[in-house]
Amino acid sequence: MIVAGIDIGSRYIKFVLAEEGHIIVAEKRETGHDPLNTCRDLIDRTAPASPERIVATGYGRYLMEVHGNIPTITEIKAVARGARAVFSSCRTVVDIGGQDTKVISLDDKGMVSGFEMNDRCAAGTGRFLEIMARTLGYSIEEFGASCESREDKMRNAIKINSMCTVFAESEVVGLIAKGIPRDEVAAAIHDSIVGRVMSLIRRVGADDDIIFAGGCARNACLASLLSERLQKPIHISETPEMLAALGAALYAAS
Amino acid sequence: MAKDYTQMWSSIGLNLKGHDGLLTVLTEAYKGIYLSQKNRPKGMDYFDFVISEVHGLRIEEIFEAKKSGKKVIGTFCVYVPEELVLAVDGVCIGLCAGADVGSDEAEKYVPRNTCALIKAFLGFKLAGLCPYVELTDLIVGETTCDGKKKAYEIFDEITNKVYVMELPHKKGVDGRTMWRNEIKRFADKLEELTGNKITPEKLLESSRIVNAKRKALQRLSALRAADPSPISGLDALLINQVSFYDDPIRFTAKTNELCDELAERIKAGSSVAAKGSLRVLISGSPMAIPNWKLHAIVEGSGATVVGEESCVGERNFRTLLDENFSSVEQGIDKLSERSLTVDCACFTPNTERLDNIVEMTKRLKAQGVIHYALQFCTPYMMEAFKAKKTVDAIGVPFLRIETDYSMEDMGQLTTRVGAFLEMMQTRVNA
Repeated sequence: MIVAGIDIGSRYIKFVLAEEGHIIVAEKRETGHDPLNTCRDLIDRTAPASPERIVATGYGRYLMEVHGNIPTITEIKAVARGARAVFSSCRTVVDIGGQDTKVISLDDKGMVSGFEMNDRCAAGTGRFLEIMARTLGYSIEEFGASCESREDKMRNAIKINSMCTVFAESEVVGLIAKGIPRDEVAAAIHDSIVGRVMSLIRRVGADDDIIFAGGCARNACLASLLSERLQKPIHISETPEMLAALGAALYAAS
Repeated sequence: MAKDYTQMWSSIGLNLKGHDGLLTVLTEAYKGIYLSQKNRPKGMDYFDFVISEVHGLRIEEIFEAKKSGKKVIGTFCVYVPEELVLAVDGVCIGLCAGADVGSDEAEKYVPRNTCALIKAFLGFKLAGLCPYVELTDLIVGETTCDGKKKAYEIFDEITNKVYVMELPHKKGVDGRTMWRNEIKRFADKLEELTGNKITPEKLLESSRIVNAKRKALQRLSALRAADPSPISGLDALLINQVSFYDDPIRFTAKTNELCDELAERIKAGSSVAAKGSLRVLISGSPMAIPNWKLHAIVEGSGATVVGEESCVGERNFRTLLDENFSSVEQGIDKLSERSLTVDCACFTPNTERLDNIVEMTKRLKAQGVIHYALQFCTPYMMEAFKAKKTVDAIGVPFLRIETDYSMEDMGQLTTRVGAFLEMMQTRVNA
């Protein structure tokens, strides 16, 4: 049976078409201002064969429920399933997406047994990272690489303390104005995000294996800092941002 | 709205333009959240009517009461004994505010990181949008949390009619003595304000009125817990909210009528949710009217809210006043003893609350507990830690939420509640 999962995130819509557990198509597009059309487009045109069943997840999942009569699950349940499909011994998922950061713990059967999510503000999420990259004049791809090799400088370096994206941005502007090199500021920004994630991890615990999911898992600096703070290896799939869509597709199959 | 109250609103000094806007928003929210519910009990008609006249008929009634010489006492907290207000023929109105109104104005006086409830009671007054505040002769504050305590100082500067009762923060011998004396002083204050003497007969009569209201709410609490639910948690929350400002005798009669209907519905199997819907207990900060946010999310996601471990909820009606007194002094002893059974997080230690969360979870057969704290409501935010430990120990899923009255986090909250319900369902299926 051909099934599909669609994850309507705040920044990107991710689409997975699968057959008997194998991914046939995996594609992402910017969410933009008309996510419903983007979803329809992905379902209609990307698929070589139309899916028999679809499950939607992510921030915009209700759009699909209302307009497409498509069943929905939360991205927490979806990403847990997706992570488990790729890493069968996964017990913890750290998912940093566009506007949410989630830490999910799974029981030995792979079911969600607890989770924590950031409160209200966007600090510590992908959106925050994007805004900070722009402030420092990096592309999002360069941003993670900019400080990857600067771990030595981070240990006693500057800190970003603000809890709010807007204030953190002005803190960053202040640091730039002081003449601090931008790669050091970038390192501090990454450090502050990981600090925020660590406080969520401390609440739910981090059993092995730990999977880093979401678009931000592509950022090498975040990944190495996270592993260092946890003092444990973390695992990242080749397409970490697709795990929730994959999970949704797997639920569609069952 | 059937009748034009513009002149009345203008005469009590409301900001008419802003007030029209508020009523429009409230009416729309009520339509969307309440009137869209399916198969509601007929008895909700009364409460729908009360809401449609929230600033109309009820205000007119209070206006008339004032003309006949009665005094209007505004309160913010279940520790302030309504019985004493009724014993001097006063009208008692709960002023707690549950909407994001006038926060810009409020932020001129209080820090931005003040809880939404405090900002709202200041904001409603500063924006000229609350007819109840305008009609009060005395506003009674209490030293529950630091935010409220200091906000009352500011509120007094603005209104000039705030009286603050000093609530202890420990329930030892000294605390009990102090609170008993505070209640006595409050009784004296009310006698002085109204010129009416509190007699044992009057106090007994008013105690019966308030106890009857508590009993009606207890009855509602038991009936709503049936599976399938004969009434939604949203509606039950609304009734609890209305109990703070409606005429107590009429409220009790209407709530009992509704309860009779609910008993019939249970027999007939008529319900608002499918049998076996997930059952959620909400525990934490009070949800003042019109704060329906979390209930709307939980019930909108297909679960049922079976109870509120909250001041707008069980804490308001859990214990009855012992009516076995023959003098006013004895009555005051009883009032003070009863109010100190309330388990607000401003007390330390506050183990009764943890016991009550467990008791309610079991009695109402809740399959999950959502701990609700208003952002910056430090006592409840802090107690969430112990509440989680306690609920974990009885093997029931627990979700901790901090939020306010704004709608900006609706998406995140819906995801969190949704994932929590999925988790509860997995446990139920296992």
